Amino acid sequence: MLNKNFIVRASLLLAVATTSLLTGCQTMKERVLDSSADGQTSVELRSIQTRSFDTTDKPKSMRSTIATLQDLGFVIDKADLDLGSVSATKLSGYALRMTVSVRPGSSGKNMIVRANAQYNNMPVTDPKPYQDFFVSLQKSMFLTANNVD
Amino acid sequence: MKKIISCLAIIGMLGGCATQIPPEALQFQPDTLANRQLQSRKYDIKSEKELLSASNNVLQDMGFNLDESNMPLGVIVASKNRDATDGGQIAGAILMAALFRVQTSYDKDQKIRASLVTKPAATNNAIQVDVTTKTGKQVKFNQPVEASNGFVVRVTFQRLVWNQRGALTKIEGINDPEIYQEFFDKLSKSIFLQAQNVE
Repeated sequence: MLNKNFIVRASLLLAVATTSLLTGCQTMKERVLDSSADGQTSVELRSIQTRSFDTTDKPKSMRSTIATLQDLGFVIDKADLDLGSVSATKLSGYALRMTVSVRPGSSGKNMIVRANAQYNNMPVTDPKPYQDFFVSLQKSMFLTANNVD
Repeated sequence: MKKIISCLAIIGMLGGCATQIPPEALQFQPDTLANRQLQSRKYDIKSEKELLSASNNVLQDMGFNLDESNMPLGVIVASKNRDATDGGQIAGAILMAALFRVQTSYDKDQKIRASLVTKPAATNNAIQVDVTTKTGKQVKFNQPVEASNGFVVRVTFQRLVWNQRGALTKIEGINDPEIYQEFFDKLSKSIFLQAQNVE
């Protein structure tokens, strides 16, 4: 009787342990598309990752972005003025990779800067790191970063 | 029983997928300015292209291979693979194997990456700006003025180290002042030689 009870308990324990280990992870489709990162919609994520700067100078915006990334300890991986994108990696016991793209806003009076980051093998979806990045960026842009609607 | 289950659930969640990005990763740190000065040097040269080409020559002198370049933005990215063995570490590994029959790992290979960026130099006389935003916030900052001649070169190095089993053991930025000092000495010579048209 005692023995049967023990087996039931042990199997319950095992089931809880395995399911809790598995639930933290996603399917391949979700990983490729990053579709269900914390239930965030792509609109939310885009607003976290995007700021508008009151300037029309694309090369200067990109040079400021590169300088900021260097200040933050990144080594540049790629930079393309025509496409308006810069990628960089920071290695400091961890690997933090960022891609920043700069494009003119629809009003023709501003530049839209969008950044996305991956920390080791995960997307960064938390707003705080992006806020930090844009605070650092606006210090070298000498302009205020505005939220994009 | 419930305690054990909840403990296991918590451990499971922790061991699952989430590790957090360090809060200081994307913030300016007290050593940011010192690092910028260490990694930058101003050169009185008229053409940014000449400066980039002299820099590229120095990187080639140091055995780097070009990965990426973008002249309009003044960016050069290069890397090289080198040996990472360290005598002390190997001696330690041999000692451990001899004394305790334990196989310890030691560093074997490394990839060194460099990115070099040029930008127009700024004068020492920045314009002091004191403005009030629409929301009534007072903002003060110094707007640097681009100097008519001269460019600043900033180079940054980082490395990835693998052990003898091929596992990644170290990923780090390189901040040794001597390395940067020597790099810029080489670059000064390269610019001088280029100006003299010495091959």
